[in-house]
Amino acid sequence: MRISIILAIVCWLVLTYLDIFFLYKNPGNSQPPLLSRIFEALFFAFLYIYFRYAIVKAENFNFLDLLWRVFVTGLIATLVSLLITMSYKFFGNNTLLKSSLISNFFYHLNIGMVSTFLMSTFIIWKKLILYQKSKLLMQLWSLFEYSMIGALLFDLLGYQIPDPVAGAVYIFLLLQGLVLTFNLKWVAYLNFKQKWKSILFIFLVTVYWWHFLRLLMEYRNQPAIVDIFMTKVFIAAMASFILIYAIIAILVILFNLPTSSVFERKIKEAMDFQRLSQSIPAGQTEEQVYEILLDSSMSAVFADAAWIEIEAAAESKPITYYRNIEQAEVQEIKESVKNSTLKKILKTEFDQVSNPQKITASLKNSMYKTIMVFPVMVQNVQIGSLALLKEVNEGFNREMINIINTFVNQASISVENFRLINEALENERYKEELKIAKRVQKALLPENLNTEGIFELHAYSVAADEVGGDYYDILKINDEQYAFIIADVSGKGTSAAFHMSQMKGIFHSVARITTDPKEFLVHANNALSACLEKTSFITGSFFLIDSSTKTLRFSRAGHCPSLYYCSSEKESRYFQNKGLGLGIIRNISYSRYVQVNEINYSEGDIIILYTDGITEAVNANNDQFGYDRLKNSLDKRTDLPPEEIKQGIIDDLYQFTGLNNLNDDYTLVIIKF
Amino acid sequence: MVDIKHIVEEKIQIIEVSGDVDASSSIHLDNAMSKAVEQKTNIIADLSGLSYISSAGLGVFMSYLQEMENNNQQLILCGLNEKVLEVFQILGLDQLLIIKDNKEEARLQLDATV
Repeated sequence: MRISIILAIVCWLVLTYLDIFFLYKNPGNSQPPLLSRIFEALFFAFLYIYFRYAIVKAENFNFLDLLWRVFVTGLIATLVSLLITMSYKFFGNNTLLKSSLISNFFYHLNIGMVSTFLMSTFIIWKKLILYQKSKLLMQLWSLFEYSMIGALLFDLLGYQIPDPVAGAVYIFLLLQGLVLTFNLKWVAYLNFKQKWKSILFIFLVTVYWWHFLRLLMEYRNQPAIVDIFMTKVFIAAMASFILIYAIIAILVILFNLPTSSVFERKIKEAMDFQRLSQSIPAGQTEEQVYEILLDSSMSAVFADAAWIEIEAAAESKPITYYRNIEQAEVQEIKESVKNSTLKKILKTEFDQVSNPQKITASLKNSMYKTIMVFPVMVQNVQIGSLALLKEVNEGFNREMINIINTFVNQASISVENFRLINEALENERYKEELKIAKRVQKALLPENLNTEGIFELHAYSVAADEVGGDYYDILKINDEQYAFIIADVSGKGTSAAFHMSQMKGIFHSVARITTDPKEFLVHANNALSACLEKTSFITGSFFLIDSSTKTLRFSRAGHCPSLYYCSSEKESRYFQNKGLGLGIIRNISYSRYVQVNEINYSEGDIIILYTDGITEAVNANNDQFGYDRLKNSLDKRTDLPPEEIKQGIIDDLYQFTGLNNLNDDYTLVIIKF
Repeated sequence: MVDIKHIVEEKIQIIEVSGDVDASSSIHLDNAMSKAVEQKTNIIADLSGLSYISSAGLGVFMSYLQEMENNNQQLILCGLNEKVLEVFQILGLDQLLIIKDNKEEARLQLDATV
């Protein structure tokens, strides 16, 4: 870029030197040599290159800056040329200045100035013309530029304008330029003030242009001047093009002045719209969305007053914003509205999904003559209303209704998104909470059960949901005695999990007081009567293992019958004893329904304890796993260690259910003596 | 899914339950029972169409026992299939509720007690 300006200056110096030298050698001959014409062409070319790069890229300019540049460049060029003229006049009597060599030097200086002005203006016109360019426009412009280069080369031949060939080339260029001059899309993007400024700047450009024309005309009348600059096709075409574009631009801007306010309005609407749609990602609150909606709507339709009322906001307290209106007045207006649709909307009782037909109405007995009301809907439910007021009759037209409708819809979407995001975050938190609950519950169920060789115990427990209502536990009473419990809370999920933890508390406290199975269950029933929900109950089985007497005492509280394998008889059977679930009878008569059983166990005996999730697990045909399959599953494995028995039964269960999801909590406990 | 019919007769009400009663569908059973208990006349629950009942469903029957006793109301279950009966028996509810084979027996039972 710098090189090109230096080269341009060098070319100009060489050109000036050559011309003056030539004149000095051949006074009276006004036809300059080819060499100087070449340097002149090079000078133009380098100037063009310089301005091409000096003027900023198309993405980051604004039109006024460009016009300002034209204005400034023109001003400098004009001032320099004026200075030359002035000094010329001032030293008018000096013989030195009368010399044709000196006047030629100043002439060349002027040529430099004019060229600079023309080139920079040309490049800026190019930017303006090519604003929002299409492919066709680009092609037309390239053609024009190539033609200009052609003209530059043509000038080397020495033909000048009065010549018919040169005239033809000039007219050809002019026609091309004319076609291009009607590209003035940029004008639309100026606001009112900018348009006036543009007119001023462009007008000044024509003034400079006229000034240079006059200046060159003057020189033309001087006999001693080499190289008639302005009759060159290239210069003439470029200058004409610049003038035509300037005149057309001024006219177009003038005609566009009255419509600029509409355009500005549209731009503002678009900006407001964008502001609304971006308000949520920008981390703003729901309240801010409503405020933006209210303010943008007001300014979009020139409302004199407005209000917005949101009944069901996210924090569930109503939001109201008033603009230029008092709450009392709002109440009055609300009461005076006769139209039923409007009334519904204002009362937040509007339930239609489709858009209402009539949302504007005229008002009586109020300083406002027209009202327009919009329902604010979120997920097809009205959450509030937006009302706009005007002091003139029939103040809202179709277009205004449309734009407000768009605003309200966008705001609704923003609010909806906002709420959905919050909901998603909330859900995520609940999930985390449930994970914690799951971990806590897992810790409530013992995993490793140290029984010091008296028996071996293995358990398997899975909840249908994150947490469940199945419970088993073991408590060492003394060196010989162990209390064991399995329990199942009715229902499943979180409520069952709470009762399950209550059961754990009861087991650990009551079993330390009494180890008698009946007493234990009566105490447990009493305790649970006070804290269980009305529809909830707990089934359970309580066992007391006494290794000193090798006895097993147990009671069943409505729980699934335990499966017992007797190693001496090599046979397994379900215990058939009476019992009643805990919490079903919540008074002292419960004890009537408890029965205590006692058996002697021997080594190799197995107790299988489980919850109904196991026996009631169904396969694809809706058949239950049932008692027989469970018994068979055990009978196949009675010689195995308890862990393998447990795994075997679980495998059988899964094989039976297949891909059918288990939809209950299930627990399996194997005790082998 | 569960289908519940509530038939109100002069002196008794009949609740016909068919389908599966699990944790979610037990709400329907609860609604029907609640209405029936409000009427304060004796109730026959015809469970002949019931193929499965979960603990939540049992909880519904259980939860009205005290209230019905206070109202001097009787609840008689009838038509339970083998599996459903087993569920009632395991929990011990057969000791608290009167369970009959069919509606006719249930009616006879009620007539006898009146």
